[in-house]
Amino acid sequence: MLIKWVIVLTSKQLTKISKSNLLNDENARGIIFQALLLCAIGVGLYWLIDNTVTNLDNQGKSLGFDFLSSTAGFQISQTFGTWLLDYEVGQSTYWDVYLIGIANTFLVAILGIIAATVIGFTMGIMRLSNNIIFKSFATTYIEVLRNVPILLQLFFWYFAVLRAMPGKREKFELIPDVAGLNITGLYLPAPVPENGFGVVFLALLFSAMLVFFLRLWANRKQEQTGQFIPIFWLSAAIFILIPTVAYFVMGSPLSWEFPEFKDTGPMLRRGYQPGLGMLVVPEMLAVWFALSLYTAAFIAEIVRAGILAVSKGQTEAASALGLRPNFTLRLVVIPQALRVIIPPLTSQYLNITKNSSLAVAIAYPELVSVFAGTALNQVGKEIEMIFMMMMVYLTFSLLTAAFMNWYNSKVKLVER
Amino acid sequence: MMKRTILSAAAGIAMFATGANAATTLEAVKAKGFVQCGVSQGLPGFSNADDSGNWTGIDVDLCRAVAAAIFGDGSKVKFSPLSAKQRFTALGSGEIDILSRNTTWTMTRDTQLGLNFAGVNYYDGQGMMVPAGLGVKSAKELDGANICTNTGTTTELNITDYFRANNMSFNLVAFEKADEVVAAYDAGRCDVYTTDRSGLAAQRTKLTNPDAHVVLPEIISKEPLGPVVRQGDDQWFNIVRWTLNALINAEEMGITKANAKSRLAGTENPAIKRLLGGEGKFGEELGLSNDWALNAITAVGNYGESYEANVGPNTPLKLDRGVNALWNKGGILYAAPIR
Repeated sequence: MLIKWVIVLTSKQLTKISKSNLLNDENARGIIFQALLLCAIGVGLYWLIDNTVTNLDNQGKSLGFDFLSSTAGFQISQTFGTWLLDYEVGQSTYWDVYLIGIANTFLVAILGIIAATVIGFTMGIMRLSNNIIFKSFATTYIEVLRNVPILLQLFFWYFAVLRAMPGKREKFELIPDVAGLNITGLYLPAPVPENGFGVVFLALLFSAMLVFFLRLWANRKQEQTGQFIPIFWLSAAIFILIPTVAYFVMGSPLSWEFPEFKDTGPMLRRGYQPGLGMLVVPEMLAVWFALSLYTAAFIAEIVRAGILAVSKGQTEAASALGLRPNFTLRLVVIPQALRVIIPPLTSQYLNITKNSSLAVAIAYPELVSVFAGTALNQVGKEIEMIFMMMMVYLTFSLLTAAFMNWYNSKVKLVER
Repeated sequence: MMKRTILSAAAGIAMFATGANAATTLEAVKAKGFVQCGVSQGLPGFSNADDSGNWTGIDVDLCRAVAAAIFGDGSKVKFSPLSAKQRFTALGSGEIDILSRNTTWTMTRDTQLGLNFAGVNYYDGQGMMVPAGLGVKSAKELDGANICTNTGTTTELNITDYFRANNMSFNLVAFEKADEVVAAYDAGRCDVYTTDRSGLAAQRTKLTNPDAHVVLPEIISKEPLGPVVRQGDDQWFNIVRWTLNALINAEEMGITKANAKSRLAGTENPAIKRLLGGEGKFGEELGLSNDWALNAITAVGNYGESYEANVGPNTPLKLDRGVNALWNKGGILYAAPIR
């Protein structure tokens, strides 16, 4: 109360005294009022923190991060995160749970970004095509998926599609004996790297670098001499042959673990056997589809806007030069459109990461679901845990934005 | 520049206007004129809203009893449906005054979350439900099953413990809302649905074919369900605790919604007079009027009436009193005397 009056009085007196001298001096004015504002903010912050600590004290709770080393007593769905961190109930700690949440969020965000970009670009370009069928398909897709809330789309993919799947003890085979699908998930063969696989992996990296430098050389040659060197088949050959040779030289160090389906025996044990092959749970698939398709609709509009922003004169000049429409789009229009596309595209990527937190509604154990849902209810330290989660999203978003800004500065129009 | 002065001064003042004053919960509730009660998002028998938005259930009845004890009117309650994830933060932050949401009383919740359990209004245990077509007769045959449950509950921990103790493996699929769990179980996403037995009975009514499912005989944990309040406010804690005790004592003494007033008028029994406010100043000790228990009982009936109307054998839940009968009738419901 006292401080409130001090502030009011000080400002009143200052305005009275300084009517002639201080008020007329711009610098003094600026300093005084900024000091007052800083004071107000500082006092406000102090009150906020003090209030929080007092209320916590009254309830008998304390602030601290030591809960991170206590063991977590609950099971988590089999996903990328639990596989990566080897989650063991009763031995893994809440810190492991935190990392599992981050891994799962990260996986679905990356997959979502890639899929949304591919689908979004396709749909955007389709909407601009002259073919009536493509155009109306793309328009319908964009308008419908943009206007339905994403949570509803998520529920649709999960519940509507889930109910259509064959039950646990049946299967729908995508590739007989290799990949199958039922209500408990998508079963794929799991690669089992043995000794010597590291060499094959290095060979893969080496051939990728070789192709990259080959492309650089071919581009430079073309810029200097105008001669177009077709390197597509050469690069494909390099990329496939070198790792394959390495693979056979090392004695085929990769075996595949196929999922096994059992039709007999006790009821509960029938169906795809756990632990064999790679299982992608339907929750992950639903989140991935919903996120990608929803964001792709937005990205399609951004791409369309970018392409329309390139003046029509460019397309006309390109076709006057004899460039086919395919080349026009790829070499003339899109590089210029990218400058308009990239900033809003960044926002959409950030949206994918943040929207992944909706997966809690369908039991996908990403960060919000497993850390702010299950773990928070067992531990009770809301402020610390929400803070940790906010830091994860903030870091990931800032990294994405930084990368996109760097890419943007690379493709920026450089004025002379 | 005048505007900036006023604005910055106003900003500073505004932060104080919201003031950190420590009003007790009872004072805040009396000022508001109603009790804000946290309930579930729809658990038949415990807290469920019908089509016109009327809430019924034994947890709802407890909140109404508390409101009647304070205001004399059981309708002065507002209900906040909360998921298992939100319930404790809603209570701790002051958004609700009392959490009456079939919440299990555990040591962690009592000591680490800054909350106090004001009693038990339903003694329950965790059970499992499987489709009858599975041919499973006991929980010990469930090795390798997929299990659907609610996230943020003791259920998750208990089922993990049970399967570890019995050396069985399982996959857990944990959803946020009970409706989602039921929908996934019904669709066949998992083989087992696990929650408190009362919850199983309640949610079973929502399945497409309730008779095609069977509840397994094993009870794998103790789940004493009761109302929760914040730590640091003993008066409010006492009010909730003793309202519940009053309802149980009323059943013991045979006082019902219908006969409460007439029993008070026509009795010489000191125990009844103390309970209903004819003798002593028990209400004032709590900060309420002396007919607090009379109002509570008249609003919702005694514990037995509330039980029969919501979860008893004549309701779709068909739950016997069992362990929830009075201590002198074969159960363990034992309320401290009002004296």
